[in-house]
Amino acid sequence: MRIETTNGAGGAPRKLKVATVSLAGCFGCHMSFLDIDERILPLLELIEFDRSPLTDIKHCGPCDIGLIEGGVCNAENVHVLREFRANCKVLIALGACAVNGGLPAQRNHLELADILQEVYRTGHGLAEGSRIPDDPELPLPLNQVHPVHEVVRIDYFLPGCPPSGDAIWAFLTQLIEGKAPRLAHGQLHYD
Amino acid sequence: MNDSFLLDGEDIPFTPGQTVMQAAAAAGKYIPHLCWHPDFAAHGSCKLCTVKIGGRFATSCTVRAAAGQEVENRTDELDAKRRTLLQLLFVEGNHFCPSCEKSGDCALQATAYEMGMLTPHFDHFYPDRPVDASHLEVLLEFNRCILCELCVRASRDVDGKNVFALAGRGTRSHLVVNSDTGRLADTDFAATDRAAAVCPVGVILKKRVGFAVPIGQRTYDRQPISASMGANDKAGAGIGEAG
Repeated sequence: MRIETTNGAGGAPRKLKVATVSLAGCFGCHMSFLDIDERILPLLELIEFDRSPLTDIKHCGPCDIGLIEGGVCNAENVHVLREFRANCKVLIALGACAVNGGLPAQRNHLELADILQEVYRTGHGLAEGSRIPDDPELPLPLNQVHPVHEVVRIDYFLPGCPPSGDAIWAFLTQLIEGKAPRLAHGQLHYD
Repeated sequence: MNDSFLLDGEDIPFTPGQTVMQAAAAAGKYIPHLCWHPDFAAHGSCKLCTVKIGGRFATSCTVRAAAGQEVENRTDELDAKRRTLLQLLFVEGNHFCPSCEKSGDCALQATAYEMGMLTPHFDHFYPDRPVDASHLEVLLEFNRCILCELCVRASRDVDGKNVFALAGRGTRSHLVVNSDTGRLADTDFAATDRAAAVCPVGVILKKRVGFAVPIGQRTYDRQPISASMGANDKAGAGIGEAG
């Protein structure tokens, strides 16, 4: 999918809007994104951030690129992911958890009720009267953790735990140049 | 007439009786594969080595080389089909590379890198496959099994022990251990067995040496699997153990 970088024919280049979010992730992919170091300055000549932990904007407006870190583990993740899909022309699964569920998905072969019981009721070192959290503000966990492509259509996948700063840089710059992103040997990693 | 065939337009010599895979490997040419190993009879089950010979699909590990064959190998069409086969393998098991001590030495992972697999694409099965840590020297991590039967062949044909077998059918196929309890500790399996070093993925793992070689300095960190043909496919080599 090609990203239009001008305001119509002959127009001056405009900055691409980029939104990022961490769903069931550890923010490691966002930290790795920051590992592009000083290259963030030339990148900011080309893009501006919409919703992102970097801006603290709470809802995503119309964007060119959405970067999703983390899989989908609860009801809120589903809503946020759908908001991104509705607003982003190009949606990218960033990192192992978004691509295949990753570490949080290692609970998938267990029953959710059993996990909650053990963690909050029967496990070691719990305070007297511990119970399963049921505050209505807490999003309900899903029975299984899902990769993002099982919930919405994803345009590009960038695996890695996390993908290196160099891989993220190569991927984004190729995409912004209108090329299909390709990762060299050593940049494509699942771990 | 010389005994040779064309592999992606390149002349590959062969000796009568050799398969297309054997001749290609002898010439240092990479045909993607998972269940094939030079020391064992061809199995023909993983289908990664499928090539087109005269326009027809064939598994190169089972087809005899013949003079004048025109073999397509690394075409976009075939690599796309290989990518799909890999994606099916990835969703069928629990291939969680960040926690796997075989990462970087794993033929499944390296082949998926080579094919440019960026996503498992399909819905994951997330099967429940408990590990068998009963043996003092070797761990069995069934979550990563791709049913290549290399351990089955090594244990049966080289070690003479018949420790492993596949049981079940279809999506229920799984690796089993030949003991009354089903535990590896209750067999005569030893860490020095050929079967202990032949697993292309991270199922059969020697204990206490998992990170002797750090992540980042492993077989396929140094070079892609396509450049490792010959190194890893030498007779006698354990997979991922090439110097």
